[in-house]
Amino acid sequence: MDAISPSAIALHNVARRFVTPDGNVLSALEDFDLTIAPGEFCAVVGPTGCGKSTTLGLIAGLAKPQAGRVTLFDAPVDGVDRRVGFVFQQDAVFPWRDVLGNVMAGPLFRGVPRQKAEAEARDWIVRVGLKGFEDHHPHQLSGGMRKRVALAQTFINNPQVLLMDEPFSALDVQTRELMQEELLQLWAQAKSAVLFVTHDLDEAILLADRVAVLTTRPARVKSVHAIDLPRPRDVATLRYDERFIAIARKISDDLREEVLRARAGH
Amino acid sequence: MTETAIPTTAPEPKLETLVERMRRRARLVLALRLAVLVFLIGGWELGVRAGLIDPFFFGQPSGIVEKLIDWFSNGTSIGPLWKQIWVTIYEAGAGFLIGAVMGILCGIALGRNQLLSDVFSIYIKVANSIPRVVLGSIFIVALGLGAASKIALAVVMVFFVVFANAFQGVREADKNLIANARILGASDWQMTRAVVIPSALSWILASLHVSFGFALVGAIVGEFLGAREGMGLLIATAQGSFDSNGVFAAMIVIAVVALIAEWILTMIENRLLTWRPETTVHE
Repeated sequence: MDAISPSAIALHNVARRFVTPDGNVLSALEDFDLTIAPGEFCAVVGPTGCGKSTTLGLIAGLAKPQAGRVTLFDAPVDGVDRRVGFVFQQDAVFPWRDVLGNVMAGPLFRGVPRQKAEAEARDWIVRVGLKGFEDHHPHQLSGGMRKRVALAQTFINNPQVLLMDEPFSALDVQTRELMQEELLQLWAQAKSAVLFVTHDLDEAILLADRVAVLTTRPARVKSVHAIDLPRPRDVATLRYDERFIAIARKISDDLREEVLRARAGH
Repeated sequence: MTETAIPTTAPEPKLETLVERMRRRARLVLALRLAVLVFLIGGWELGVRAGLIDPFFFGQPSGIVEKLIDWFSNGTSIGPLWKQIWVTIYEAGAGFLIGAVMGILCGIALGRNQLLSDVFSIYIKVANSIPRVVLGSIFIVALGLGAASKIALAVVMVFFVVFANAFQGVREADKNLIANARILGASDWQMTRAVVIPSALSWILASLHVSFGFALVGAIVGEFLGAREGMGLLIATAQGSFDSNGVFAAMIVIAVVALIAEWILTMIENRLLTWRPETTVHE
C-alpha cells in the first residue's frame, strides 16, 4: 500500500529512539508505516506508553526521526509546518490570555492584521459555543470549555492536517460525548486529514474512517481496520448499533493481545 | 443484628454562627498580637526602669520615640531626617531598578539560549558565591563617597537574585505551551513574548519582593563604608557616639521604608497577574 494516490500524511519505515538518562537507547517506533489520505479521519489506538504521541510529534515537526521518511502532502517534514494543527492532551491554552486572546493567537503569530484576526476569532468563538466568554481567562472555564478554546484556537488556522493527542481523555463522559460530536461537525466543514490518538477504542470507532492498532513498544502498525459506518454519525446512540459492536469486538481482540503483551513485558 | 434507628435530625451548623465564629477568631488573633507587642515593648521599658537592662547598650523604647520626634522636628546631627531618608531611597531605588532590569534581560537571554547558558552558568555560580557586600569597598574606592558607589553595590545585590529567578522561570515554562505556540505559528521572538515572559513573570515578581530588601541593604552598607549622607551614615554616626536609641530609631525608619516598598510591589504584582486564579486569602 505505497502512496500511489496522494497522501496528506505518510510515514515510511520510521524509527524514533531516545537515549535514557542512564545511557540506554529506548526505541519508541521501529519500521512504522502509515498513510493517511487528504480529508481522511484516522484513529490510532494502542497500549499505554507505546509511542502514539511520539508519532504525532514527528508529523508536527517537533521532533526528527532517526530513520525513515515522514511526509506531508508528499513533501518531507522539515520543522513545524503551517498546514498542521495540534490539539494536546493537557491544557495548552495560554493561561494569561483571555478566550479571545487565545483564539486569535494563531492568526496574529502568522501575521494576520489585528482587526481581521479578532473578527475571525469572534466568529470561531461563536462556532464552538463560547459566545459571552470572550474575556474570561482559562482558569474561569470548565475543562470542556477549555477544550473548546483549544479547538477554536486550532481550527482558526484552517489546518489541512489535524493531529490530536488524546484530546478528550481528561473530560468526564458526558462532556466527552459532546466534544466528539462537536469535533465531527467541525471536521465535516474543515475537511482536514485527521490523525487522532486515543486509548479509548469506542472513541476511535465512533470518530474515524480507519482505526490503526499499534503494537507494544517499539510501536509498529499491527493492523488497520476500515470503519464503514455511515456518516453523519450520532455519537450518543451509535455505540449501541450492532455493526458498531461487531467492529469493536474485532478490533478489541487485536488490541487486547497487545495490551497483554505490554503488561507481560513490564 | 438489630436495626438501630439513625437520628435524622442531625443538628445543622448555622451559617451565621460559622461566620460569627470566624470573626471572633480574627478578633482573638488581633488581640493576642497586640498583647505580644505590648508585652515585649513594655517588658523592655520596664526592664530598663527596674535597672535590669542597661539602656546605654540596649536603648529604651521611650528614648527611641523621643529620638524619632527629635529627628523629625529638629533634624539629625548630619542634616534633616527627610534628606537622609530620601538619599537612601534614591540609592536603593536606582540600584534596584538597574539591577532588576539587567537581571531580567540576562536571565531571559540565558534561559532562551542553551549555548550562552552553558558558557556563562559557571561564572554566574562563582560570582554568586562571593560575598558581594565586600565589593562595596571597591566601589567606594573606584566611585567615591557619592551615590554612585551605593547604587553600584545595590545593583550587584539585586542582579543575581533577579537573574537566577528569571532564568529559572524561563526554564520552567510549560513544554506543552511552547509546543502549542510553535504549531500555532509563533516565531522565536513571538514565543519569548507570548509564552516565555508571561510564564517567567511570577518568578520574576517573587524575586523583586526579596531583592528590594537587598537593594536597601546594599545602599545602607555602602553608606556605612563611607558616605556624606544617608540612613547608613546616620546609623554609623549614632554608633560612633554610643547612641543606641539612635541606631534603633534609624532601624525603624528603614523598616517603614521597606514595608511601603513591599506594599507597592504587591500592588504591581496583583495588577500584572490578574489572570491567575484567586487564591484563598491568607491573613
